[in-house]
Amino acid sequence: MKKRILLVCGCLAAATMFTGCGGSSAGENGVVNVYNWGEYIDEDVIDLFEEETGIRVNYKTFDTNEDMYPIIANGAADWDVVCPSEYMIQKMLDNDLLLEIDPDNVPNLSNIDPVYMDTVKEFDPDASHCVPYLWGTVGILYNKTMVDEPVTSWDCLWDETYADSIVMMNNPRDVFAPALISCGYSLNSTGDAELQEAAELLTRQKPLVLKYTTDEVRDMMIGEKAAIGVIYSGEATICKQENENLQYVVPEEGSNVWLDCWVIPTTCKNKENAEKWIDFLCRPDIALKNFEYIYYSIPNSAAIEMIEDEDILNNEALFPGNDVLSRCETFHYLGEEAEEKYNNLWKQVLSE
Amino acid sequence: MYRKSLSCPYLIWAAAFIIIPLLFIVYYGLTDRSGAFTLENLAAIATAEHSKALFLSLGLSCLSTFICLLLAYPLALILSGSRLGRSGFVIFLFILPMWMNFLLRTLAWVVLLDTNGVLDSLFKMAGLPRFKIINTPAAIVFGMVYDFLPFMILPIYNVISKIDVNVVNAARDLGANSFQTLYKIVFPLSLPGVISGITMVFIPSLTTFVISTLLGGGKILLIGNVIEQEFMKGTSWHVGSGLSLVLMLFIIVSMVLSSRYDNGEGNVL
Repeated sequence: MKKRILLVCGCLAAATMFTGCGGSSAGENGVVNVYNWGEYIDEDVIDLFEEETGIRVNYKTFDTNEDMYPIIANGAADWDVVCPSEYMIQKMLDNDLLLEIDPDNVPNLSNIDPVYMDTVKEFDPDASHCVPYLWGTVGILYNKTMVDEPVTSWDCLWDETYADSIVMMNNPRDVFAPALISCGYSLNSTGDAELQEAAELLTRQKPLVLKYTTDEVRDMMIGEKAAIGVIYSGEATICKQENENLQYVVPEEGSNVWLDCWVIPTTCKNKENAEKWIDFLCRPDIALKNFEYIYYSIPNSAAIEMIEDEDILNNEALFPGNDVLSRCETFHYLGEEAEEKYNNLWKQVLSE
Repeated sequence: MYRKSLSCPYLIWAAAFIIIPLLFIVYYGLTDRSGAFTLENLAAIATAEHSKALFLSLGLSCLSTFICLLLAYPLALILSGSRLGRSGFVIFLFILPMWMNFLLRTLAWVVLLDTNGVLDSLFKMAGLPRFKIINTPAAIVFGMVYDFLPFMILPIYNVISKIDVNVVNAARDLGANSFQTLYKIVFPLSLPGVISGITMVFIPSLTTFVISTLLGGGKILLIGNVIEQEFMKGTSWHVGSGLSLVLMLFIIVSMVLSSRYDNGEGNVL
């Protein structure tokens, strides 16, 4: 009996060790637990925030929206402020996982270009739960010396002359988007026939693909291991700085435009601090500092006005024209059933 | 009583990190999203893409286990018979790479095997046909053999080096030639090591998803990748757990088989 009690105590002790997100020492004005994408902030900004507000930042990163979701949904850790993409925000809203953000506590919200607040309304009808942070498009990065003619269309992903030099992303939605668009469908399609057709297209493409990866596209393109890669616009800018032969294009058929926003989950314990964090990042000088470090497009018009370098302002990957944006579409959350369809079809493609 | 209390840390460890997680897997594997009992997650193995992935995994892991055995057995024989082996230096060389993270070593192979990578460039320079095994099942088998070979060598070497020399000498005195001695005396005596080596290579090969992701270019779906995808990219921990339970069956079978032969001497790790 004694042994059994010991065992139970031990388990309880072990269990308590793994709850909470580990932040113990608070700053003079408390803490804020920030959960963000990897390599998605200039770390100096975190130090600046701590200095100015006296709030200690407990900062951690995630790799994909899908990794982040179960952690918030299962309450595995109490994050105060998180930065998911639009379709995931919609899913979190559907599942009542988000708190409203009080605009009075985020005065710098006025710096955000109203265009993006309109985009927000596509998934958050009254735009009260999220504040846009960074955005970009998905497109094709190609190596000018390795292709015969400039790439303008998704068709090149099915061109046999580029066998073994095409790199695709490796999560279901991102892989299916080019295929669905090529078939003339929306990248938010859920119809069986449409998805089946896209899956067949992907199966046909598989022998031509060098690698399915989301993290390594950057290195592979810079290292000239592949001629054509599907990539996020922000990463494309970094690639171009490293290798002059690379060119980014948003295909003429249209593509995906994404918008990552700060949200406050219901498990938040420091809402006031979370709002201070969001407000801080919306301040023009901070948004600019951040932009100059990560080179993703910012929705902050006050910060864009402060950019002096003409080259950057003329960079189409960073600031695409309205014609590009008008042919792009955001991902919508499609529900669990449709998600499963995408997953299963993707597994079928891979197992061929 | 004193001895029993000494085992307490182990019991806590086992409960917290083995039993409880295992119970979670069983729970998730046998329930659906609403928490109701179901066998559907186990039946999910029967779908075309899952069973294809399972058979591919079984095939590749059998192949890599076989190659490991072919490479390890002669080596263990040679080592146990030579002074170099007895001093433990060569064995030390085999253990040495294991001090480095296994993920890093696999990543290093990606760089070596890659198109325009080190080996490919060497082949090109020498005017040989291009060296293209990256992102194929062959590269995955290669990775498995590389990563798990020490787990085959060590138990076999351990058992062979403990075989009484007098037994071998007796066989030779009674007129057996070297081949007969090997076939009738040494091999049967070394069987426990062989079996334990097979288990220790087969199980990690069967369940791996890192090697297939890195060396298979994300193009080849093994059962480990399916489970990883269900947990990390998909939404269904239930299907992932169900498939893990099915995979566990295969592992238990291979362990039962091995325990029938293994008298414990082969276990060195």
